[in-house]
Amino acid sequence: MTRIEFMQGNTACAEGALAAGCRFFGGYPITPSTEVAEHMAIKLPKLGGVFIQMEDEIASMASIIGASWTGARAMTATSGPGFSLMMENIGFAVMTETPCVVVNIQRGGPSTGQPTMSGQGDMMQCRFGSHGDYSVIALCPASVQEMFELTVKAFNLADRYRVPVFLMGDEIVGHMRERIEIPDQVERWERRPLAPGELPFKAGPGLVPGFPQFGKGFGVHVTGLTHDERGYPCATSPSVHEELVMRLVAKVETARDEIADYEVVNPDAGQVFVTYGSPARTVQQVIHDRKESDVGHLRLKVVWPFPESALKKFRNARRFLVPEQNMGQIAREIERHTDCEVVPIPKLGGALHTPEELESYLEAGR
Amino acid sequence: MSYEDWFREDRLPHIYCVGCGNGTVINCTLSAVDQIGWKREDTVFVSGIGCSSRAPGYILTDSLHTTHGRALAFATGVRMANKDLHVVVFTGDGDLAAIGGNHFIHACRRNIDITVVCMNNQIYGMTGGQGSPTTPSGAISTTTPYGSSEPPFDLCELAMAAGANYVSRWTSYHVKELTRAVLAGLETPGLSFIEALVQCPTNYGRRNKFRQVMDQVEYMRTHAMLLQKAHRLEEQGEPVPADTILVGEFARRNRPALGVRP
Ligand SMILES: Cc1ncc(C[n+]2csc(CCOP(=O)(O)OP(=O)(O)O)c2C)c(N)n1
Ligand code: SF4
Repeated sequence: MTRIEFMQGNTACAEGALAAGCRFFGGYPITPSTEVAEHMAIKLPKLGGVFIQMEDEIASMASIIGASWTGARAMTATSGPGFSLMMENIGFAVMTETPCVVVNIQRGGPSTGQPTMSGQGDMMQCRFGSHGDYSVIALCPASVQEMFELTVKAFNLADRYRVPVFLMGDEIVGHMRERIEIPDQVERWERRPLAPGELPFKAGPGLVPGFPQFGKGFGVHVTGLTHDERGYPCATSPSVHEELVMRLVAKVETARDEIADYEVVNPDAGQVFVTYGSPARTVQQVIHDRKESDVGHLRLKVVWPFPESALKKFRNARRFLVPEQNMGQIAREIERHTDCEVVPIPKLGGALHTPEELESYLEAGR
Repeated sequence: MSYEDWFREDRLPHIYCVGCGNGTVINCTLSAVDQIGWKREDTVFVSGIGCSSRAPGYILTDSLHTTHGRALAFATGVRMANKDLHVVVFTGDGDLAAIGGNHFIHACRRNIDITVVCMNNQIYGMTGGQGSPTTPSGAISTTTPYGSSEPPFDLCELAMAAGANYVSRWTSYHVKELTRAVLAGLETPGLSFIEALVQCPTNYGRRNKFRQVMDQVEYMRTHAMLLQKAHRLEEQGEPVPADTILVGEFARRNRPALGVRP
């Protein structure tokens, strides 16, 4: 039986995690993400899970990686400054292929910025913030319902590809309250365990190795150093390093179309909005208010790896209009994949774009 | 079984310098783990970054070689998520007390059920001999070329004040005592902290008048004093020399602990 509730986005995120089987949460309070932790603190112990408030975000990220190696589905939640602190250990999770979920309810930055106001300024940090080359998965919910659904999906993708997966919400989706349907059961894709005779860091199906869970007798050595397929440090071999890093990137990048998740509205339109997260709501309003279906909308639920083929769904597109709560982080990514005109519509300060603002961009492009 | 059954032999040769004290501490720790009867598949070694933190790579169990200073935060995740696993952390003085200082005091405060073995060579070994938070005043390092001017940390005092259930200090000379201390640490619920002073001929000894490996071991032997003896001297009003290395058990208590097996 599906449960119908009226709930805050951050609570819905925590509920999604619990439904997905998350049993470990390590975190540190920061606005506007704290309600995720608070809800987990209430619920996890009752489900036999562990909630622990760590001493900072560096420790939080470390703790979920440790927990993940024991087989647990593990999550942390933070916002901008905490996200910055997590970066070194996010790279460690990438290098060691540790499934985990990092929720970033974005606020205005840089620095302490606007703790209670919305932003989308961490989209590039999430993709490139740690050192070295790598690739990750980032999901962007635009409603309370999606805070739930995409959190579930984040765990599934993390386990499937053995990467940290980011739920890149923003203060508006985190704090708004909406009707939500919570299903009894959610879909689960589990980690594939290491098969007998398989090496712990050798590419398996989809370039992803089997998972040698701690405590199961695999005797695996997990290191952030460049390692060979046995997991042994091998930091000075150019070929071992190149092969490893290229595989870590390729296992995500080659699955781009499989991971892609987006919504297409009015595919024949000449002017097309591309959104992720809260700005989608204003675009939905604009399209709802128009009589003709002459404005398209590509709403991305997955931003990384960037689903470039989604742009091709708009055969007649002349212009892509990209409202973002930053100065054009994803607009620039879109430019890389299209010959059409790309118009960034930046908005800083925390408020959503208004329908009138977006209309004026449509007028200008008529 | 013997401690040799825990060695990951196919990883030899190891990276440690000739005469390094870390090997002794690894042997003592594995002897203790072997004596307590833990199974390899139930035991996880965790470490940060540094020469000392390379130890888990030479052990046959599941092991997690993490980021600099963060071993205890990773270990907390392992321990809390699966209380059937035994968790031992190897760390260095820089790893534990500088970059990892905050994790150290909070792991002690939580008194989480982990055994921490710190190989204290009083220097940053892996990066080539810079000063660490335990470099003695006046000692030469590559970043204290005129002698360290900062007072060092007493790691055992720190662990005790922060709340650890078991705290003791020995040196790589005191093989039997060190093994017994690690064993006591493994047996004690809550956070056990065992500090092992070790010689680092390459980066500490060479710059600080210990030309031969055994010079530094001999120094540790002659300057070590049992805690009880030091207390006795103090009671009698006799001075304890300033360069004394206090060894022995600093704390064994039963404060509420986190992550203890049900
Ligand atoms: C964030 C970060 N900063 C600096 C380093 C460089 N680094 C590697 S090992 C080390 C010092 C290790 O010293 P210690 O913990 O005393 O261990 P030892 O090598 O002496 O055993 C440092 C600073 C690093 N790996 N990561
Ligand atoms: S540098 Fe010092 S601590 Fe590191 S292996 Fe050599 S002797 Fe041991």
